[in-house]
Amino acid sequence: MAVLELTNISKHFGAIQAVNDVSFVLEAGQVVGLMGDNGAGKSTLVKMIAGNFRPSHGTMHMDGQELALHRPVEARQHGIEIVHQDLALCNNLTAAANVFLGRELRRGVGPLKVLDYKAMYRRAGEIFKELKSETRPRDLVKQMSGGQRQAVAIARTMLSEAKIVLMDEPTAAISVRQVAEVLNLIRHLRDRGIAVVLISHRMPDVFSVADRVIVMRRGRKVADKPIAASSPEEVTGLITGAIEQV
Amino acid sequence: MTITLDQTIKQKQQSWLASVLGSQTVWILLSVILACIFLSFATDSFATAKNLYNITRNVTFVAIIALGMTIVIITGGIDLSVGSVLCLCSMVLAVVMHGGYSIEVGIAASIGTALVIGAFNGVLIAYLRFPPFVVTLGMLSIARSLAMVASNNTVVFQFGPDHDKLLALGGGAWFFGIANPVLYMIVLALFTGFVLRWTRFGRYIFAIGGNEHAATLTGVPVQAIKVVVYMISALSAGVAGIIQTGWLGAVTTNIGAGMELQVIAAAVIGGANLAGGVGTAFGALIGAALIEVIRNSLGLLGINAFWQGTFIGGAIVLAVLFDRIRNLRQSE
Repeated sequence: MAVLELTNISKHFGAIQAVNDVSFVLEAGQVVGLMGDNGAGKSTLVKMIAGNFRPSHGTMHMDGQELALHRPVEARQHGIEIVHQDLALCNNLTAAANVFLGRELRRGVGPLKVLDYKAMYRRAGEIFKELKSETRPRDLVKQMSGGQRQAVAIARTMLSEAKIVLMDEPTAAISVRQVAEVLNLIRHLRDRGIAVVLISHRMPDVFSVADRVIVMRRGRKVADKPIAASSPEEVTGLITGAIEQV
Repeated sequence: MTITLDQTIKQKQQSWLASVLGSQTVWILLSVILACIFLSFATDSFATAKNLYNITRNVTFVAIIALGMTIVIITGGIDLSVGSVLCLCSMVLAVVMHGGYSIEVGIAASIGTALVIGAFNGVLIAYLRFPPFVVTLGMLSIARSLAMVASNNTVVFQFGPDHDKLLALGGGAWFFGIANPVLYMIVLALFTGFVLRWTRFGRYIFAIGGNEHAATLTGVPVQAIKVVVYMISALSAGVAGIIQTGWLGAVTTNIGAGMELQVIAAAVIGGANLAGGVGTAFGALIGAALIEVIRNSLGLLGINAFWQGTFIGGAIVLAVLFDRIRNLRQSE
């Protein structure tokens, strides 16, 4: 089932053509690996889906409705969540506080509302359990391992019924053991029927978790095929330009 | 026995006792209490009603502004203009009341001045991305100069028809013999503590200080909150100015000179981290109290007043030293 459909999307910043005429479809419960060299246009593409940039040309459709996003908040309202490359965590706050940042639960009457610590700890605990991550809601993020930090950032996307989760280099700066944890988290999202877009430089990660791979080079989409029908060698060739297009 | 995921997730990280012992504020509080006990035995004049009344009242002006300063410091900012803003707000109050207006008009004008200055600082810092240090340093100069302009650099000591009301407001003791300024301080501290811990606004203040970029990405209205934070800081200076005017019964253009440093010292001693993200309302009070106890005790013990700066400076370094030692242990 198609969740998001991009049609002829382009983005230019002045004279620089960052994304050029890209079309693809995201399916529910499918992990798409988005690969490409630095400057290939992956991040720009994802930022358009997340509402950070508006496309210069082209349209996006979600569940058949045309989607025009002006701000990240609007993307979130449509069920599009993003896990940023630097995770966007506040080290001085607890895991639960980070999960709910910008979406705090409150209780009280009328304008007199206070933070509902109990409910936030409980809900965050439930999400960590669902993610099978040993992360304690009351811990400060600054004391956490890379994998736990990643779990906190991913837990954010599970607060509401997300349809699409965009992940920007989630495994770039963590240890091998933690990479396995993060890949498991991605599989959990997929099993919940969420469409996951995984931006990564790491070939093994994409080949172990993705169902499909999209390769970009110089702003253009040069490949879009099932992972089973491709190989690391082919993808490397597509990224560098040794293989023109498939 | 295996530990299940459930148990791990439910586990609290620190015991109640560990978190108390790890808190800088608690250690400072302990040293204030120990100093007070020591002084009660070492001198005849410390534990007298009159001296305690003086100490608690002297604490208030620095403490009230330190509440506002703590909020600014938690966001990772700094406000150097508070001493001058206190002076300008006192002078606006004095000049308006001296001109024959009622105390209500005077206070409204004074509070209004504080809010305008705070908003000016905040807009330059949040929207035009000026460094807080520079903007508030400029305001330090501007506000004091405006106070001189407003009063023609004279001393104002007659406050028109509501003269007595103003003096009662700042100099009275309406509740069990506790000086009025102390009551205001306690109410404001409780309110600040509540806002920081229990409101979304308070949570966002900590988030901005922890990682401003992350706060922006997660949809926190960072710029608006920063403006409000600098308005709160200026407001706290204005409120302290009004109370101080009522207590002193006169306003000169040099009141509050150098006060910003005392206020920042109080906030830092109380546990606020200049790098942002950490601080409490209670800490601000304790920090201010420690400074005042040091000043008071040096006088009572007959130590030359020139040593004051050394002791207060030492307290600042010691307080932060605790924090460093704790962090070093954690990072190992």
